[in-house]
Amino acid sequence: MNGREGRVAEAFPAAPGAALAVVTAAAADRSAPGATALEAARLALLRDLQLAFRKRGQLVQPLAFFAMVTLLFPLAISPELSRLRELAPAVLWIGALLGSLLALEFLFRDDAYDGTLEQYALSGQSLTALMFAKTFAHWLLTGLPLALMAPLAALSLGVATTALPGILLCVAVGTVALSLIGSIGAALTLGIKRSGALLSLLTLPLSLPVLIFGARATQLAVHGASLLAPLELLGALAVLGITLAPLAAAAAVRISLE
Amino acid sequence: MREFFDMGGYAAFVWPAYAVTLAVVLLNIFWARRALARSCAEARRRLQMQGERR
Amino acid sequence: MNWSWFHRLASPPHVYALAARLTPWFAWPAALCILAGLWGGLVLAPPDYQQGDGFRILYVHAPSAWMSLMVYVTMAVSAAVGLIWRIKVAHAVAASCAPIGASFTFAALVTGALWGQPMWGTYWEWDPRLTSELVLLFLYLGYMGLRAGIEDTQRADRASAVLAVVGVVNVPIIHYSVTWWNSLHQAPSVMRLAKPAMPLPMLVPLLLMLLGFTLFFVALLLVRLRGEVLARERAASWIREVVSA
Repeated sequence: MNGREGRVAEAFPAAPGAALAVVTAAAADRSAPGATALEAARLALLRDLQLAFRKRGQLVQPLAFFAMVTLLFPLAISPELSRLRELAPAVLWIGALLGSLLALEFLFRDDAYDGTLEQYALSGQSLTALMFAKTFAHWLLTGLPLALMAPLAALSLGVATTALPGILLCVAVGTVALSLIGSIGAALTLGIKRSGALLSLLTLPLSLPVLIFGARATQLAVHGASLLAPLELLGALAVLGITLAPLAAAAAVRISLE
Repeated sequence: MREFFDMGGYAAFVWPAYAVTLAVVLLNIFWARRALARSCAEARRRLQMQGERR
Repeated sequence: MNWSWFHRLASPPHVYALAARLTPWFAWPAALCILAGLWGGLVLAPPDYQQGDGFRILYVHAPSAWMSLMVYVTMAVSAAVGLIWRIKVAHAVAASCAPIGASFTFAALVTGALWGQPMWGTYWEWDPRLTSELVLLFLYLGYMGLRAGIEDTQRADRASAVLAVVGVVNVPIIHYSVTWWNSLHQAPSVMRLAKPAMPLPMLVPLLLMLLGFTLFFVALLLVRLRGEVLARERAASWIREVVSA
């Protein structure tokens, strides 16, 4: 036990490269295979978070995009808050969806480029667990910030403050589903040059249920009604995504690396 | 006969619908045959190139 | 029971020859059924008491919609078979399905819109069926786009197979969410004929058209399959005999 803890302590503040080495080395430790998959996933998650914080500028981009989109709608429609309030669910969700799409390109790109993804696939660890870890890291870095920004955007569109917690909750749950769905498309289009449009074409149809339930939940929140029903459906989609998406993404990554 | 073409006043919708469907059917036939012909030509070409290499 | 006929279906040369032989057995009956269906639907069937002669669009819209969905499921199932058991012929079937399905989805949308104008007064209505058809079209386009984007045929086969399986799992979810969304806003009802059950003179041509289009799909599939099988066999000797013929 001590040995593994020692390695974890080593990996934490050190360069992400060390974390990668531990992930692959943990494969050698077959004493508790389930535990090592979890361990590997945790290390992959920490590695992604550490690497992302080194390029803090890049983290802000989807948020800036979301803010811009929120700005575009009033300019294109009217400054009347009463009108904007009606449109707020649509604006928030379309912004979140497009922002999430934009951020997807960063999910696997760097790791595919420097060979880390290949190492993950060859490491003997559960690629599904690693995919889940990467997607979770991606959500923490993009989806969650979007969810935190959504109430601010909603305020700017004339939504009452009482609706804001509900909005935060449904965007948070929705972006979980969006990140998971998006990871499949991102894995499938690995290595295709200029795959932005194709990635959108693959991801958007699959994301439609999230948009439908999320926008409806937000609409109910704006009107002060209970958003439990669509929120539950949204949660169901997120759970379905957590169960199935990492599997599909792992299969897609293996195919892309062949 | 005229009533047939008139389709009870809906002619402007019924006949274009049938025309589009017919077009899709014919397009599919043409497309499929062309795809097969192309694959055959491609295979022939590949065999030729391999023959030349020997 | 001798299963060798089944195992031979994985063999490209066998499938190539079989497809060539079977095509006319599907093509001619398809033509017959469709012509009979057209005669029955356009001439023999009485006009609908609510929609008059306008309902006759059903005889091209319903088969197109049926094709769009049936072909997608066929594509997904054969892609899954190819992925799981690594059978090239199965991938060839999936590749053959895509353009056929996409074109009939387009036909379903256009005929649906043309049916909508006299019935609802507008060419487009966001009713669940049309909206789902539109999403299905995008699923097809995405599938074809992914195939086109990957150069290596084997990789393209396997990647698009994953996409097809993910897509087919999502189709019911998408349809449910679209129907749910639609019901919230009390949209006009889907194209439905006034009578609760269709009388035989109306129903029989419809069934003939559905059957005819299905047979037509198989015939098209067999033609395309030969080309796709050829493309996946690089230097096999059986190609030599087939192609020089």
